[in-house]
Amino acid sequence: MERVINLVGQVGGIFTHSCRTAGGVFLLLADTIRTMFRYRLRWDQLLEQMYFIGIRSQVVVLTTGAFTGAVFAAQVWFQFKRFGMESAIGPTVSIAMCRELGPVLCSLLLAGRVGAAMAAELSSMKITEQVDALRALGVYPTEYLIVPRFLALVISAPVLTGMALVTGIGVGYFVAVQIFGVDGAYYWDNTIKYTDRKDVLIALIKAVIFGVIIAAIACHKGMNCPPGTAGVGKTTTEAVVNASLAVLITNFFLTVLLNAILYSN
Amino acid sequence: MLELINIRKSLGGQEVLRGVNLKVGPAEKVVVIGRSGCGKSVMLKHIMGLLKPDAGQVIFEGTQLTALGEEAWNPYRRKIGMLFQGAALFDSLSVFDNLAFPLREEGEKNEKVLREKVAEALKIVSLGGTEEKMPAELSGGMKKRAALARAIIRKPDLMMYDEPTTGLDPIVADSINRLILHLGKMFGMASIVVTHDMTSARMVGDRIAYLHEGKIYYEGTPEQVDRCEDPLVRDFVRGHAPGIDVTG
Repeated sequence: MERVINLVGQVGGIFTHSCRTAGGVFLLLADTIRTMFRYRLRWDQLLEQMYFIGIRSQVVVLTTGAFTGAVFAAQVWFQFKRFGMESAIGPTVSIAMCRELGPVLCSLLLAGRVGAAMAAELSSMKITEQVDALRALGVYPTEYLIVPRFLALVISAPVLTGMALVTGIGVGYFVAVQIFGVDGAYYWDNTIKYTDRKDVLIALIKAVIFGVIIAAIACHKGMNCPPGTAGVGKTTTEAVVNASLAVLITNFFLTVLLNAILYSN
Repeated sequence: MLELINIRKSLGGQEVLRGVNLKVGPAEKVVVIGRSGCGKSVMLKHIMGLLKPDAGQVIFEGTQLTALGEEAWNPYRRKIGMLFQGAALFDSLSVFDNLAFPLREEGEKNEKVLREKVAEALKIVSLGGTEEKMPAELSGGMKKRAALARAIIRKPDLMMYDEPTTGLDPIVADSINRLILHLGKMFGMASIVVTHDMTSARMVGDRIAYLHEGKIYYEGTPEQVDRCEDPLVRDFVRGHAPGIDVTG
């Protein structure tokens, strides 16, 4: 009986902690949006963050996009050639990259690279009293620290996703046509014929929403870091894990929702 | 100038401040002493508006600050300087940018004026020529002095020091104490110094307040505190741990 009570207590504890965290993330998000309209934008901070997030993430995002496209094209070719459907490889790669692989993989990479950096930097500032120092100097931390990071990620995520899509589809073409000998004209023709602009729109909408999720979770974790250096490590790990899980879970609901909205007719 | 009336605050389910009452007059230097974890830094954070009390009032220059929102606090924060325990310099900015930060926030854009004001503040704390250094390149004492220069660059009416000499060697600690006295004289600012360094407390304080169990337990001049026969105050002042005998 005691075990059951303990188990219920533990489950209840996890549930209330999750609710409190989710509430904290939503409050931070609301404060960030309110602050965006209330204070002047710090362009220098925004550009610095966009350089770190947008420019410095390009290599890892492009490499991931390229090899995802390559592997997916190869796998599809191995399966489709059994049925003589090689000409369908192009649209299959392109639609899969647009709807799922591009935005999800790009966002997971951003959660790992950018989310971790945001959480670590903010939590270090928090435990060394730099956030308090900002307030003591009359600066609202959300305005100075959160808004530029949030905007930079929300702007950069769809751009990086777009780049990953183009690279993935391009490399998929190279693998299918140059390595496996698929007819290039058919490949492109079918790719353009069956890839709808709505597929690209889905990728970009997902990327923006994932950007919001990653920024909100990483900033919330960073600004609520427990004291001590161990807290920074714990916060960083939790930020990456929570942001990655949130991206994967939200992706399912977005897939259902966007298909229902965009393909309702 | 500043009055704390019955400040109460609980953190993590524990009542840290249980009704703190303290008055600081213009140009007065008050030292708050007390054992580690007794709530000294928490008290300072209430004065700066970094924490909101559960009950009680912070009155600064006749204004009740506790009722103000985050943004309404800012004009008062500009009149109060604070030296944080770990200096809290922004580690992504150079010393110059750290010192220029509060001035830029006030709207000062003229680079020449900023250079002059930063150089002047650094000269006061004997750190001339370190403008281009990053905080990571400074020693502990230099960081505290740079942070002090940042705190005084707007010439506040009240300056608060959170453990200014903790972790510093005696020579550097002495230089910080002298600097606190020098700044008080130079700008005529009131000071609150939180410390458990009795040498520092005797040197810089016009008045010493002993914080114990979330309340001001005893107040007096440094001489009165030294002569106080209350066992709690006496043990703290003399650095004596009652009931622990390791002589063997």
